[in-house]
Amino acid sequence: MNIALFLEMAADAAPDRIGLVCDGQRWSYARLLAGARGAAALIRDSGCSHVALLDESSEAAAMALFGAAIAGVPYVPLNYRLADADLAALLQRITPALIIGDVARVERLCPSADNKVLARGDFVTAALDAAADAPIEADEGDGVAIQLFTSGTTAAPKAAILRHANLVSYILGTVEFGAAPEEDAALVSVPPYHIAGIAALLSSIYALRRILLLPAFDPAAWLDLAAGERASNAFVVPTMLSRIIETVDKGVQPDLSNLRAVAYGGGKMPLELIQRALDLFPDTGFTNAYGLTETSSTVALLGPDEHRAAHAATDPAARARLASVGRPLPTVEIEIRDEDGRCLPAGEPGEIYVRGDQVSGEYRERSALDADGWFPTRDAGYIDAEGYLFLSGRADDVIVRGGENISPGEIEDVMLALPAIAEAAAVAIPSAEWGEAVGLILVVRDGHEAPADEELKQVIRARLRSSRVPERVLFAKSLPYNEMGKLLRREIKKLFAA
Amino acid sequence: MKPGTKLKSAVCDTEVMVIRSGTGAIECGGSAMGEAKPDAVGTPAADFSAGTLMGKRYVDAAGSFELLCVKPGKGSLSVDGVALSPKDAKPLPASD
Repeated sequence: MNIALFLEMAADAAPDRIGLVCDGQRWSYARLLAGARGAAALIRDSGCSHVALLDESSEAAAMALFGAAIAGVPYVPLNYRLADADLAALLQRITPALIIGDVARVERLCPSADNKVLARGDFVTAALDAAADAPIEADEGDGVAIQLFTSGTTAAPKAAILRHANLVSYILGTVEFGAAPEEDAALVSVPPYHIAGIAALLSSIYALRRILLLPAFDPAAWLDLAAGERASNAFVVPTMLSRIIETVDKGVQPDLSNLRAVAYGGGKMPLELIQRALDLFPDTGFTNAYGLTETSSTVALLGPDEHRAAHAATDPAARARLASVGRPLPTVEIEIRDEDGRCLPAGEPGEIYVRGDQVSGEYRERSALDADGWFPTRDAGYIDAEGYLFLSGRADDVIVRGGENISPGEIEDVMLALPAIAEAAAVAIPSAEWGEAVGLILVVRDGHEAPADEELKQVIRARLRSSRVPERVLFAKSLPYNEMGKLLRREIKKLFAA
Repeated sequence: MKPGTKLKSAVCDTEVMVIRSGTGAIECGGSAMGEAKPDAVGTPAADFSAGTLMGKRYVDAAGSFELLCVKPGKGSLSVDGVALSPKDAKPLPASD
């Protein structure tokens, strides 16, 4: 199995149909495949061990992804927002590589004669030129299609690997070939080094859904592209949705009448934000997708009907479902386990374990799968009586106060329900008495007064229980997030240590 | 048969990729499929001429065989003379 199959099938079934639009240029499936085959020839000739992309999204990302697959060499999209020292360390780990994108930066950070570095335009031209050669047979190499460095919010980046078999299984299990009508188009604004950005290319190409690439997210540009190209689908991270809504609230009124489906994931969606989005776009179906790099993207989803039902419900339990990430895919199993690995019943919080053919759970250094193929996600959560999965943060973020496990999410949710609070984060801080205690950091909403410590403690004591009451409360102008909107808890811990 | 193996029909344009396979002969149009196309292409047997559809997955009743049609043709698929049927996948909302 080789993911190149998806582009080959698309080019066979609809060679002249436009598969990708970027910066006003339109690429048919046949031309994308020609570029990928040419890229494969370049990759084989280079003798490299990895194909890296250090660039924003463009047609080059699709050609590199499928070209690497045909050549049987792992594709490694890199985070161009990393600091020099961090990026240099990653480049060292993949040499000798064929690297596409920022030539000057690569040569400055990792000057090695073993690397071949090409600017985006030069790569695309060279690939299309090389495409005239006889089509080459796809080779799986060692079976690894993609190597993605994890974002490293808790530790140094790990090299997660996804095999062709994982990704093929994910796509065949979730997408029907050629299912998209010709007028459909999916707006992709997540960066190419994010699993959602890669999954979007694979899913949309297999569905024959035209991809609209937005290389750098900006809410006004997103709205322009969605309206101008009549996008029918989009994937956003919560931060993007928030900024899109802010822009609409400022009076921008784009024609989004074709936008039938918005999927979101990659971070916690604030309840208030999704409720606002459901009201603002009453004819759009929203899908919450939960997944990880190590699981080839989505493993559970909350679909459009479930969103509307929860939003319209009056019963608190049914309304609460809007905060769920939904139910497992039919091809995936999910269990909640305690610290000793015992499977927990409905409603009991613990660590989320996932199993399925799409789950790699594998790093360059080791596989994290247990003997039965289960992957410990390090995400904490629980499954309700109806089988809906709820996340409560990273297992590593749990605050253990005097032997009691406290999920930061429960405290943060109570704080965010207060009108004066815009952002909230709870972290573990050292405590002589309890081992760990709760540290709470808050951002006050513009135009509001910071509530008194005693008032906050009173609210938490009343809504939760006394063990959740913070030992220390700090106020900040903003909280530290990475570029995908993930809260950097290790940075917050430093604020308490200071 | 190894997953990922591509098989060609001896009687039509059909090509499939093996996703899962048990023991038995995979056929199209009533004739065994192979990794290479025979020089002389035959005709599909009357009982196995309903055709294959691009991108459809075909399975046996026991669930031991699963084939993905990567090129459609006039013949239809079987294992040891027993017809395979298209796999009904419940459509999922696009999630990425």
